[in-house]
Amino acid sequence: MSVTIESGTLLEVNGTAFEAVIGMECHVELKTATKMFCGCRNVFGGEPNTNICPVCLGMPGALPVPNGLAIEHVLRAGLAFGAAVPPFSKFDRKNYFYPDMPKNYQISQYDLPFTSGGTVTFRLPDGALRSVRLSRIHLEEDTGKSMHLGSSDGRLSGSTHSLVDFNRAGVPLMECVSEPDLRSAVEAVAYLEALKRTFVALGVSDVKMEEGSLRCDANVSIRPVGSSEYGTKTEIKNMNSFRSVGRAIESELARQVSVLREGGRIVQETRGWDESQGTTHVQRSKEQAHDYRYFPDPDLVPFEFGAAYVDGLRAGLGVLPQTRIERTIAENSASGEDVKVVVQQAHQLVDTPGVADYYDEVVALGAAPQAARNFILGDLTRLANESGTPVAESRVSPAALAELVSLVESKAINSKIAKDLIARLWADGGSPRELVEREGLSQVSDVGAIDALVAEVLSANASVADDFRAGKAKVMGFLVGQVMKASRGKANPALAEERLRAHLAGE
Amino acid sequence: MDAVLDRSAREIAEAVRTRAVSAAEVAEAAIARVRERDPQIGAFLTRTEDLARERARRVDERVAAGEALPLAGVPVALKDNLCVTGTRTTCASKILEQWVAPYDATAVSKLLEAGILPVGKTNLDEFAMGSSCENSALGVTRNPWDLGRVPGGSSGGSVASVASGTATFALGSDTGGSIREPAAFCGVVGFKPTYGRISRYGLIAFASSLDQIGPITTSVADAALVYETMAGFDPCDATTVDRPVEPAGTLREDLRGVRVGIVKEFALDALDAAVREVYAQAYRDLERLGAELVEVELPTADYGVATYYLIAPAECSSNLARFDGMRYGLRVERADVAATYEATRAAGFGDEVKRRILIGTHALSSGYYDAYYVRAQKARTLIAADFAKAFARCDVIACPAAASPAFEFNAKSDPYSMYLMDYYTIPMSLAGLPSLSVPCGYVTPPGAAGPLPLGLELTGPLFAERALLAAAHAYETGTQHAKKHAPPPLAGAAR
Repeated sequence: MSVTIESGTLLEVNGTAFEAVIGMECHVELKTATKMFCGCRNVFGGEPNTNICPVCLGMPGALPVPNGLAIEHVLRAGLAFGAAVPPFSKFDRKNYFYPDMPKNYQISQYDLPFTSGGTVTFRLPDGALRSVRLSRIHLEEDTGKSMHLGSSDGRLSGSTHSLVDFNRAGVPLMECVSEPDLRSAVEAVAYLEALKRTFVALGVSDVKMEEGSLRCDANVSIRPVGSSEYGTKTEIKNMNSFRSVGRAIESELARQVSVLREGGRIVQETRGWDESQGTTHVQRSKEQAHDYRYFPDPDLVPFEFGAAYVDGLRAGLGVLPQTRIERTIAENSASGEDVKVVVQQAHQLVDTPGVADYYDEVVALGAAPQAARNFILGDLTRLANESGTPVAESRVSPAALAELVSLVESKAINSKIAKDLIARLWADGGSPRELVEREGLSQVSDVGAIDALVAEVLSANASVADDFRAGKAKVMGFLVGQVMKASRGKANPALAEERLRAHLAGE
Repeated sequence: MDAVLDRSAREIAEAVRTRAVSAAEVAEAAIARVRERDPQIGAFLTRTEDLARERARRVDERVAAGEALPLAGVPVALKDNLCVTGTRTTCASKILEQWVAPYDATAVSKLLEAGILPVGKTNLDEFAMGSSCENSALGVTRNPWDLGRVPGGSSGGSVASVASGTATFALGSDTGGSIREPAAFCGVVGFKPTYGRISRYGLIAFASSLDQIGPITTSVADAALVYETMAGFDPCDATTVDRPVEPAGTLREDLRGVRVGIVKEFALDALDAAVREVYAQAYRDLERLGAELVEVELPTADYGVATYYLIAPAECSSNLARFDGMRYGLRVERADVAATYEATRAAGFGDEVKRRILIGTHALSSGYYDAYYVRAQKARTLIAADFAKAFARCDVIACPAAASPAFEFNAKSDPYSMYLMDYYTIPMSLAGLPSLSVPCGYVTPPGAAGPLPLGLELTGPLFAERALLAAAHAYETGTQHAKKHAPPPLAGAAR
């Protein structure tokens, strides 16, 4: 999920430092059994025009009936970010003609969205903490999909005819609008990742950009650093991955800077991102903007949300991903570890399904957090990827991993044995402590026993020992390896090296 | 067998249930009656003979199996803005002239379940926009009382069908008076229940916040029966109310203890002398039957027409946007999508529909929304509040259903004079109230073929259908206006 954007476009116009001002509008398809206003299934894809009915086709006389779960999803999404739920809300009609919109109006929300305000807090890849204010989250219905045929590139211009698939028409669509609080492409991508992990954790959406269940537009402008006024913004569309979002914003910022450098003026317009060219191009200027003639949808009755209902939803949100991330960071604040690594690992933990809960259990059983993280994101994740079984569903129970971590931390076993044990636990399950006891895998830290092995290894490798004495320090690794081998992996490697050095120095 | 058709819905259903007559026999009689009489009237846009026969077979099977169907074998006409599976449903518009509905309206499916035999789909003003039925793009419907006059509208075909005996009852839809005004013009009972009582699912929308389906019958008792069969919460219509429908039960025959409100602002002075006398007599009859007449005030009612002609067009401008030639209905193909939209809608919609789409689009547009749509909604709230105040002092409000009897074709050529035909019905629609028109007398204007009926409009508080129907029934049985005359063209036929 992590995307690296080459940052550092210098926002400088003729000696004046400029800053980026970015706001995001995200459309998120909600996860429900049925569509927003009818009983058709809410599923991705399918043979065109097979998942439709009189309601989502906008047949004469058909009426919408709202999907309660979709509304609850929106309320929970807002509450997760501390947004306010108004006591009274409603649906409005947004009127405009387009062939993929069956009624030529979209049921949406205008002045009373289901939630308003709220703050999205997240970490940048370098560990810095950022907060972005949300303006609103509202609910609407998705449109059908147009396919333009007869042109070489699938675009409308040059096409001979178009087909429309209405399977997607009427799918519940949540629009989440941020304030223009983002200051770089990196921040914009980190913000999107934060939204995604929260919506996935809440179960309100799959948030798959490749399937169109997340679509986002960026409003981009620049202004002199310190200015309190906004510059003229452009709206960037057509970005189909987090990476494209980052690239498109970088590209648009660079374009705006160069327009101003050349004495030009930014024009308010909608620009489309062209992935292959790596640039944005004009789609629609403000002069062509629609008058949507919003008015309350008379087919739907207003909603009143009681305080007890909203409190219940808030109480049922569970532990949110950002809470886990901050907890992981706090757990490791004393370890002296690189904050970048901790933040990256904290994100990995919450972004892998089931792993955050698994990690929490292991830590709750007393395991050292850093070691637990390393095992989960290292050996266990590798085994999970190889086998296709998620970590949380593997034979390595949280209790077994906690036991293993404590065996390592107490130096009862060394890391080589631990690695072997994890593979065995993955395959067969069981208790690592019992395995260690039954098979005598405890680390050998007895000086006498190690000395005997050291003597054995040095006599068998006399020429290597000479090399070391002659100054070839790096052969030490080989010698330690030989001691480990002679101990069948059980020797304490640090002690083995210490005793080897002592013997070689003639002690 | 033809005579069975002149019985009430209740009586026909009873005869079919007791197997005194089969539904199949009723269906054949009804089909023959439509063939014989409708050519003079033009109530139907589509006759559904096969459907009537097929439903009759099923009704007879179900009756044989012991089912007690409340409307077993009753021949019914359906306004052509109601969806019936497999049946052409046109809204009397060129844009839907060939459209076949893929599903049943909830009200229709409830009636089918109750045993009706649909004999046809009836004419209307295009998309229910009009008060004379003259705005139909697909046919002319004549008033059975005088073939030179309009039946009223928009449910003109439905009332003409019931008045001419080609259906025992009909369904209409009422947005600003489209059931009550034509019912008055054709001397039948037309009932618009409280908004939200009857599902609008499958009723092709004109103005969603006002549209309501209702029965058109020859008696208040039949209206009550049909209403009870259709009413109730529908999971397919979010605006239906989930509250019990009280059966009207045995309707009372007097008005003792009933306070009838006479609206001060609806003074009869403005009416033609003969019309005025009919209504003055109607008020005296109410009193004679035991009612206490009280004067009530509706100071904002005069703003009803202006308010309605902002809200209804605003909603229609959005509701009718879907008719664009892309997915169904008429398509006039042009070089690109925008040109196809324009050509299709230019060819598919009539002048009145276009006028209302334009008014509504303007009323909702940026910069005008607050001045028009928002203010109209505020006015609507005030009108509803005035009614609430009035109903603190009375149980039922009585007033004319229309200012005149049916007029001649082309008599109202400017739109505004046509809009004023709904002066007495629009305020009740804006307030969502249950309201009906019941025959209350006759006038014979110069040049008329004979006496023309007038209707008394009775209106109750929200959800007070039961008390309203009871009062109307008492008035109806206490005056017998409905049985005084038969439409002249049909005077020779047994009724």
